[in-house]
Amino acid sequence: MSFLLLFIVIPVLTTIGIFFSKTHMQVKWTAVIGMGCQLILAGTLIYLFLAARAAGNTAEILFSTDMVWYKNLNIHFFIGVDGVSVAMIGLTSIVIFAGIFASWDVTDLPREFFTSLILLAGGVFGFFISLDLFTLFLFYEIAVIPMYLLIGIWGSGPRHYSAMKLTLMLMGGSAFIMLGLLGLYFNSAPGGGQLTFNLIQISKVTIPMAAQRFFFPFLFIGFGVLGALFPFHTWSPDGHASAPTAVSMLHAGVLMKLGGYGCYRVAVFLLPGAAHEMAWIFLILTTIGVVYGAFGAIWQKDLKYINAYSSVSHCSLVLFAVLMMNQTAMNGAIMQMISHGIMTALFFALIGMIYGRTHTRYINEMGGLMKVMPFLAVAYVIGGLASLGLPGFSGFVAEMTIFVGSFQHNDVFHRVCTILAVSSIVVTAVYILRVVGILLLGKIKNPEFNHITDGKWFDRISIVVLIIGITAIGMAPLWLSDMINNGLVPVMQRILLAGPVLH
Amino acid sequence: MLIMRHELLLIAITVILLLVEIFLPAGKKDRIITPAILLMLAVLILGFIPGPTGSLFGGMYQTTNLIIMLKNILNIGAFIVMVQSVDWLRKPENTEKISEYYILLLSTLIGMQYMISSGDFLMFYLGLELATIPLAALAAFERFKEKSAEAGVKFIFSSALSSGILLYGLSMIYGTTGTLYFAEVGPAFTGTPLQVLGFIFFFAGMAFKISLVPFHLWTADVYEGAPINITSYLSVVSKGAAAFILTILLYTVFSKIALMWSNVLYIIIVLTITMGNLFAIRQQNLKRFLAFSSIAQAGFILLGVIGQSQYGMATVIYFVLVYIFSNLGAFGVVSIVSNRTGFESINDYDGFYRTNPRLAMVMMLSLFSLAGIPPVAGFFGKFFLFAAAANHGLYILVLIAIINTIISLYYYLLVIKAMFLNRSDRPIQRIKSDFYTNLGLILCLVGIFAIGIVSVVFETINGLSFGLY
Repeated sequence: MSFLLLFIVIPVLTTIGIFFSKTHMQVKWTAVIGMGCQLILAGTLIYLFLAARAAGNTAEILFSTDMVWYKNLNIHFFIGVDGVSVAMIGLTSIVIFAGIFASWDVTDLPREFFTSLILLAGGVFGFFISLDLFTLFLFYEIAVIPMYLLIGIWGSGPRHYSAMKLTLMLMGGSAFIMLGLLGLYFNSAPGGGQLTFNLIQISKVTIPMAAQRFFFPFLFIGFGVLGALFPFHTWSPDGHASAPTAVSMLHAGVLMKLGGYGCYRVAVFLLPGAAHEMAWIFLILTTIGVVYGAFGAIWQKDLKYINAYSSVSHCSLVLFAVLMMNQTAMNGAIMQMISHGIMTALFFALIGMIYGRTHTRYINEMGGLMKVMPFLAVAYVIGGLASLGLPGFSGFVAEMTIFVGSFQHNDVFHRVCTILAVSSIVVTAVYILRVVGILLLGKIKNPEFNHITDGKWFDRISIVVLIIGITAIGMAPLWLSDMINNGLVPVMQRILLAGPVLH
Repeated sequence: MLIMRHELLLIAITVILLLVEIFLPAGKKDRIITPAILLMLAVLILGFIPGPTGSLFGGMYQTTNLIIMLKNILNIGAFIVMVQSVDWLRKPENTEKISEYYILLLSTLIGMQYMISSGDFLMFYLGLELATIPLAALAAFERFKEKSAEAGVKFIFSSALSSGILLYGLSMIYGTTGTLYFAEVGPAFTGTPLQVLGFIFFFAGMAFKISLVPFHLWTADVYEGAPINITSYLSVVSKGAAAFILTILLYTVFSKIALMWSNVLYIIIVLTITMGNLFAIRQQNLKRFLAFSSIAQAGFILLGVIGQSQYGMATVIYFVLVYIFSNLGAFGVVSIVSNRTGFESINDYDGFYRTNPRLAMVMMLSLFSLAGIPPVAGFFGKFFLFAAAANHGLYILVLIAIINTIISLYYYLLVIKAMFLNRSDRPIQRIKSDFYTNLGLILCLVGIFAIGIVSVVFETINGLSFGLY
């Protein structure tokens, strides 16, 4: 029995604890304790993982447990981690921990709010440790469905519309995924024998090309919907703008990464032949997504919409890098997921706090906030600089790796796509600096803003945790990069076996 | 004797209830509730004790371990319905008729059990009629309500018509094969034009019972007019029994024309799921809403039938079991709200969670289970059904069905939206539920969670389905 099981057990216990809590404070502190344990557990996991690797343990999957669940269908409860999933688990635990503090002032139905939030987080943790496609999909849906209540009850603006749109689009994506998974299952033993949902076992067999061609688009688009693949990204701006702070953080920070991770882990890894053939279609779409998201952010006036479009751009970059299918770009894709996850969570947390004080999210109505809330303003600048890829922060490492990797392709098509995607960095700089200038600097536009207070203790905890994450990766990227590379080895082997050798 | 123990036990308690009823003083008729439920519980438990299997009356009646399990599943459904209807039966206008209610309900259950145990078409038809006619009386149970009477009449007319069609088909089958025994019809059924015509009539008759499109037109009106607990019984137990026997017959008697009926089923599944869903979107009355949703669910059940394997049969049974708990959970909430307040429209449920959090949670989980959202059992049921169809290579059909689950999610979310998201100036007042209501809802909740996560249930069903196809 592996201790990874705790990643599912702790959220369940926390929700039970919340159910029996009496006051608002008890509810919040139960959530903090539960997710604090989760954070410590994730830290322990990273440490143990690195120690095991350092000790020379080269197994593809560490800390695995395999239990039979449905015998006749050969569905297992199979959990385990490799370098990539350890990194994603670390990201999730940081964001959810910060998210609890960012939603400290939820007063309407707090018990239900934190239960849904932790259920969502539990689904995400389950997703990242699952190695059986059935449980992977099960946790995927568990992670998606609480969003409906979270946005619908505690959201703002056209929340009913956004919640419904988001849920239906994401569940539509999961419908595609389900078909794709069934296809994988029934083709998992082409030579006869026991069919399986086991991801590692499927990765050892060669799936017939006809099946690959049929199911790859379903899987890639299905996960791509959650990863903001253009043109299926439209749920994202509305959803993020309407969601309450912590939900935006978790959603943009973690949930969208489920899409990227699924594309990499399921679609490209298991169906590499079709991935090679069809990558060009999706590369065009993701390139459009990267550039379009960045330009979209320029035109927005609402802080949350700016960040939502920026997320579309950054998440498209993840898919873009996955489709480049070489080691460096893939590594960059994972780094970008981690980096963007923390960064965007920081942004959404700050936007929530700014909105809580100014009661507006329109940048034109604000100005000079640096004078009244220096702590939050500095944090915003740090987040902005990370987002536009300044060296020393995580964003630089990630984007640099992606573009170095994708420029290794020496054909015209890949190079053109890369150059177009690189241009988004400039556009990103434009909208980030513009917002910083209008929002934080200059004169205070509204006299009421003079009475605004700076971040409270719970705000500060949330922000400090996230900033530590960003700078830790930015200053010392190598340990993370090594860890990820380790996990990428089997993936790259399979990809290289399946297709033409790319340079 | 023991071979037929399910039916005999039910007959015994029906007679006991009839006798007890005579000795109960007027005005105290509601004392029969507790003994009736306890007796039913005893039958339910006794049914699970392993017993002999075999055939009686020269093969007219047969039972296997699989059939015993099907009967147990129907017993579970009927038991929950009996528990859930207590609150409604205690209303002043019903108290004089409580024992009639139980006796009629049990008679239909006996009919269904004979139907799925039948070894020839004559027995099958007898069981079918015994299952149908008391249901018409039950649908018209609230005589003083015009809609209920209307529902009864509509039900009896449509089922008479469908029985007629079915009988006509059976007569053709009898005419061409010269026998009514399943075991003898099967080999003789070679698919001559007249036999195929007979099969079509037979299938149309059954499609009426399961309310498949295009034979579904009676469903919404009857479901809306009948008392809610009868509606839930109709949509769950009655439909489940018909689906069971249809699957068994398709797999055994009509296996030689499997290619033909699977093509027919293909079209009917697509129509049923899509039409059921599209009509459900527009419903405001929760009973009509659940009626159309149950039409769509019937289409999903057939998805397992078209899988044409032992595994397909197992998924059908499993899905019906899941569906019993999920649908009864939803109907249980609708029924108590309707009994206490008279509200049945989705709009009336605005802000329901804030006044009745527990009922709203049960409703939400039941609807999630119907929509197939994990971790509740509906997810497993749907996934296995899709796997059964995909196993047969019908990926396009599976895709259509999966897209339909998203449509269904939309309208289930509409109800959840009303309960959780919307605010209302005059929400439904806090409802104090009594013991039996709580029991009924808790049973559903336990079922919704346990059946999915505990894999033994499905494995047992799969093990027993062996050898049928």
